[in-house]
Amino acid sequence: MSDRSDRLSVFKTYKLYVGGKFPRSESGRVYEVTTRTSAAGAAGKGNWLANAPQASRKDARDAVVAARKAFGGWSGATAYNRGQVLYRVAEMLEGRREQFVREVADAEGLSKSKAAAVVDATVDRWVWYAGWTDKIAQVTGGANPVAGPFFNLSSPEPTGVVAVLAPQESSFLGLVSVLAPVIATGNTAVVIASERSPLPALSLAEVLATSDVPGGVVNVLSGRTAEIAAPLAAHQDVNAIDLAGADEALAKELEIAAADNLKRVLRPQPVDDTDWTAAPGTERLTAFLETKTVWHPTGSLGASGSSY
Amino acid sequence: MASAFEYAPAPESRSVVDIAPSYGLFVDGEFTDAADGKVFKTVSPSTEEVLSEVAQAGAADVDRAVKAARKAFEKWSALPGAERAKYLFRIARIIQERSRELAVLETLDNGKPIRETRDADLPLVAAHFFYYAGWADKLDHAGFGAAPRPLGVAGQVIPWNFPLLMLAWKIAPALATGNTVVLKPAETTPLSALFFADICRQAGLPRGVVNILPGYGDAGAALVAHPDVNKVAFTGSTAVGKEIARTVAGTGKKLTLELGGKGANIVFDDAPLDQAVEGIVTGIFFNQGQVCCAGSRLLVQESVHDEVLDALKRRLSTLRLGDPLDKNTDIGAINSAEQLARITALADRGEAEGAERWSPACELPGSGYWFAPTLFTGVTQAHTIARDEIFGPVLSVLTFRTPDEAVAKANNTQYGLSAGIWTEKGSRILAVASKLRAGVIWSNTFNKFDPTSPFGGYKESGFGREGGRHGLEAYLDV
Repeated sequence: MSDRSDRLSVFKTYKLYVGGKFPRSESGRVYEVTTRTSAAGAAGKGNWLANAPQASRKDARDAVVAARKAFGGWSGATAYNRGQVLYRVAEMLEGRREQFVREVADAEGLSKSKAAAVVDATVDRWVWYAGWTDKIAQVTGGANPVAGPFFNLSSPEPTGVVAVLAPQESSFLGLVSVLAPVIATGNTAVVIASERSPLPALSLAEVLATSDVPGGVVNVLSGRTAEIAAPLAAHQDVNAIDLAGADEALAKELEIAAADNLKRVLRPQPVDDTDWTAAPGTERLTAFLETKTVWHPTGSLGASGSSY
Repeated sequence: MASAFEYAPAPESRSVVDIAPSYGLFVDGEFTDAADGKVFKTVSPSTEEVLSEVAQAGAADVDRAVKAARKAFEKWSALPGAERAKYLFRIARIIQERSRELAVLETLDNGKPIRETRDADLPLVAAHFFYYAGWADKLDHAGFGAAPRPLGVAGQVIPWNFPLLMLAWKIAPALATGNTVVLKPAETTPLSALFFADICRQAGLPRGVVNILPGYGDAGAALVAHPDVNKVAFTGSTAVGKEIARTVAGTGKKLTLELGGKGANIVFDDAPLDQAVEGIVTGIFFNQGQVCCAGSRLLVQESVHDEVLDALKRRLSTLRLGDPLDKNTDIGAINSAEQLARITALADRGEAEGAERWSPACELPGSGYWFAPTLFTGVTQAHTIARDEIFGPVLSVLTFRTPDEAVAKANNTQYGLSAGIWTEKGSRILAVASKLRAGVIWSNTFNKFDPTSPFGGYKESGFGREGGRHGLEAYLDV
């Protein structure tokens, strides 16, 4: 930070983000996070960056409680309001650009210029999703021309609390690419950050806390993905799970657990080969939506020969 | 209630349908025996008469059918959409031509009244094929990208409550999108699916595009687990749905599930009560209550509880239970002895847990499987009959005071398939509809279906939608 070589810098204690607060893990555990020298990852070669909290099953359950509590307000907010709130997040991200460039460079072993490009793409991605909040219903819903005197309308609704296993390799752009669509559509989220590179996610939580996103809408956990994901996949009050950050064996195990309450499951495509800079399409927006169809009689003006 | 005038019997003739003494599996365009030669009998639930003997599919047959479907997939998926459309239009037309025959057949094999098969099931079956026929050459415009591709072989398992309609919901969108199918009808109602196989032959559908495997749960399980099946679609119980979700975990098979329900039918004090009573009756006594989206929990605002119950009891006393082939019959037979036992046990449990049971004076036929329309009052949310899906003509009545309480009670269930709202106040309809966690909301009506209208549940009622543009997604790689 400072050019003055005689000044000792201030370290940050990274914390979890649950229900709008920044707790340490209830387990009291931390794990070492180090710099990455290349994206392919040469474990053990990095420099120490921080001791990240290693969230426990209890932290995961607390996060679900917070996400459930926040769901009514967030899903009930107008789509316009949600768009405003998300756009505000992008503003805050832009303001912390330098911090994220440094963190992404460390996390993914990128040069500063490459990290800057990733951060720019991330902010742009967030803005893109902010613009979707009040359009997705028009694109995926609509009037159904039923063969009878009924007004019949289908509209998408958020499915509820979504557990998100963030991609392991793309610690920031990948994270935002899976998180933003979940909350843009009115769901609330419990996110497990990239296990090896959790710091950009934990800093994103600080951005969320200082923007207008209500507490509990996004909850961020760091630690061992498999350990935290298991109770989330089995949790009866989680409605859906995005397995982006799970390898094949873990994904299968979690998908089996998810069947217990018929969670919606977004399977891990080969996520870590994904080019997160490519245009994402609407799949991740629609993955966590339900379609509600409402019928009402219209009377039968047309059928009775009425004319105007 | 004694009636001053008795209705004369008005039976539909069963001579329009010719049921063979035995049927095979329909695999690769041919009717064949099961590999192990097993057969089972299908009976008419209203008389217990054996209608026919049907080949019973096993794992070897599933494998053979999947291979046939795989082989057919190459050509079928490569056909121009307009050509696939014409096959589906042909099927739709033949269904219309043979609808009387199929309605009688369905009534015989399922036990539901001819009035329902004739006026609800069959018109909807034809309409589904017409609707999806029109999509086959318009998939580029369906909102799933410029060139959405079919998935491959669809393994489909359907229930016995709407045998032919559930077949239509599954097969029409699968074929329109270029998939080929292996479908297992329920063991108690295999006949209309086998008649449909014959319709496929009349329509000249290429061999192997549709394969029908009558059989039991083991055949369904083998189909779902078959490694060369790309898409699984199931309609049935939530317990089996969970088992299927576990089976396909990690396989990458696309899965849609239409499962159980415990629909709330909410009547506010400003509702048009006569219409509401009709809607309550339709909601729970349509198809003997054997409907996953049935309005099986009646939530009545306390101030109109007595009035609604009096009117409802009067209305129930006019329902006619008996021969399903009689055109005046409202309530037909329960589909099987097993299902009757389940309904009976749950109703008895309702009584044992302290709810008050009522049925109209009603004579049940001596043979067949019958259950009188039944109301339970004084039901609380803790009662088993307010929580478990009964899948029979049993209505649990609960009360509420405020709209918020109605919503809280309606949503207090593991299920989320359907709900009804009865009120004259438009803003209340919209407010309550937006708060209900269910896939289909009927306001001032109930149990309406249409091929253009997506149907499916929230929560443990399953995932995915059938019907409408949304229904295409289940069969496309999107």
